[in-house]
Amino acid sequence: MTARVVLPGLLRDLAEGAAELPVELDQPATLAEVLDAAFGPWPILASRVRDERGEIRRHVNVFVDGEDAKRAEGVHTAVGPQATVHVINAVSGG
Amino acid sequence: MGRMTQTIVGIGTRKGLWLARSEDRRRWELDGPHFLMSEVLSLLFDTRRETPRMVVGFRSSHWGPSLQHSDDLGTTWVEHPEGSIRFPEDTDTALKATWQLVADPHDPQVVWAGTEPHGLWRSEDGGETFELNRGLWDHPHRTQWGEGAGGGAIHTVLPSPTDADSMLVAMSAGGVYNTRDGGQSWTPGNTGIHAYFMPHDPWPEFGQCVHKVARDSAVPTRLYAQNHRGVYRSDDDGVTWTSIEAGLPTNFGMTAVANPAQGDSVWLVPIASDGERIPPGAVLQVQRTDDAGATWRTQDAGLPHPSYTNVLRDAAGTDQHDEPGLYFGTRNGEVYASTDGGDSFSRIAEQLPDVLCVRAVTLQ
Repeated sequence: MTARVVLPGLLRDLAEGAAELPVELDQPATLAEVLDAAFGPWPILASRVRDERGEIRRHVNVFVDGEDAKRAEGVHTAVGPQATVHVINAVSGG
Repeated sequence: MGRMTQTIVGIGTRKGLWLARSEDRRRWELDGPHFLMSEVLSLLFDTRRETPRMVVGFRSSHWGPSLQHSDDLGTTWVEHPEGSIRFPEDTDTALKATWQLVADPHDPQVVWAGTEPHGLWRSEDGGETFELNRGLWDHPHRTQWGEGAGGGAIHTVLPSPTDADSMLVAMSAGGVYNTRDGGQSWTPGNTGIHAYFMPHDPWPEFGQCVHKVARDSAVPTRLYAQNHRGVYRSDDDGVTWTSIEAGLPTNFGMTAVANPAQGDSVWLVPIASDGERIPPGAVLQVQRTDDAGATWRTQDAGLPHPSYTNVLRDAAGTDQHDEPGLYFGTRNGEVYASTDGGDSFSRIAEQLPDVLCVRAVTLQ
């Protein structure tokens, strides 16, 4: 089964234009494991979403099947084998 | 005669990098923005290499910090896939921003970086990858270093041009630290610097809020420090300091720039006070000394009056002409240039976002 990581338009150039990245999953995994798998070939993309400690950046939000991971268990949030993970740039800035 | 020179002024702003280019330092062409929507906090023109290299440190409020370099003067940019500056896992720390990039005066491959949080980093590949200086990171004072208004960072890195084992770093708010053993150990160098904001101990060993330090171009052990309320000179390579603020309109400001063509000559850009961050008397001005701070004179020809903007700690720099150009950028997005030592200024850019850093290079 395949989970999907959907990228915001601003980050797609870092994955050769891909709008979403598939991750093959046989069983539920953590969000960290799914992002590691999705971003494996794209380390610069990975660094835009998470810092070197693995934490999701402050003004980036990640939704797992519509649930804000930061309000759940962060990078330890469970991701089902057919889940959709949205990476979103938060509404902030000036 | 006949050799074409080009001057490039790199203008790092709150929302990207612009490059102003000129062949005569009168007519300027502006190129940008590069890294749109990123705060460009640090910039190095590295002319030690066969091909000049630009290294730029910036951060996006969304996507975090990044460091990139260009070997074609800004046409294309390269980012290291694993990240140039990454805190080691055992530090449990994430990089927030790179505030300073400096070429080592002894080894043409070595570039130094100062970061937020308070880290000093050394690159041996021209600024592509860096290693954390553990001597400073492990310093017992580090947990007591504070944050200035812009954050807590190593904002000044001054390697000694004569002693490869000697270097000064400065931070807000922690003060000046020196190493004499190549970065293995670090000693605070703040004797004589007043910290009015620490009323229980206004002459502390460390904790001063130094804003910028500049090294004299003729006497390498002579340094000038613009502090949060106070301007000082050191004649012993950053160990002890004496006030040189007499004669200045105000002792507050952010930046200090040494004149690369003349010893004992320094420019400051005064700000009325920490509680009134506008130019003194609303006159945007530079203060210049030619006698190591004994006397100062106002330079404001060509600068706007009245003005209610100011100049941040790294938003001023010089080029490498025999008569060096002085450049500074303001928080309201204007950049001024002088090619006569500050006696007159002209505006070379306007309508930019607030200027965070300015660096200039002369290329043959």
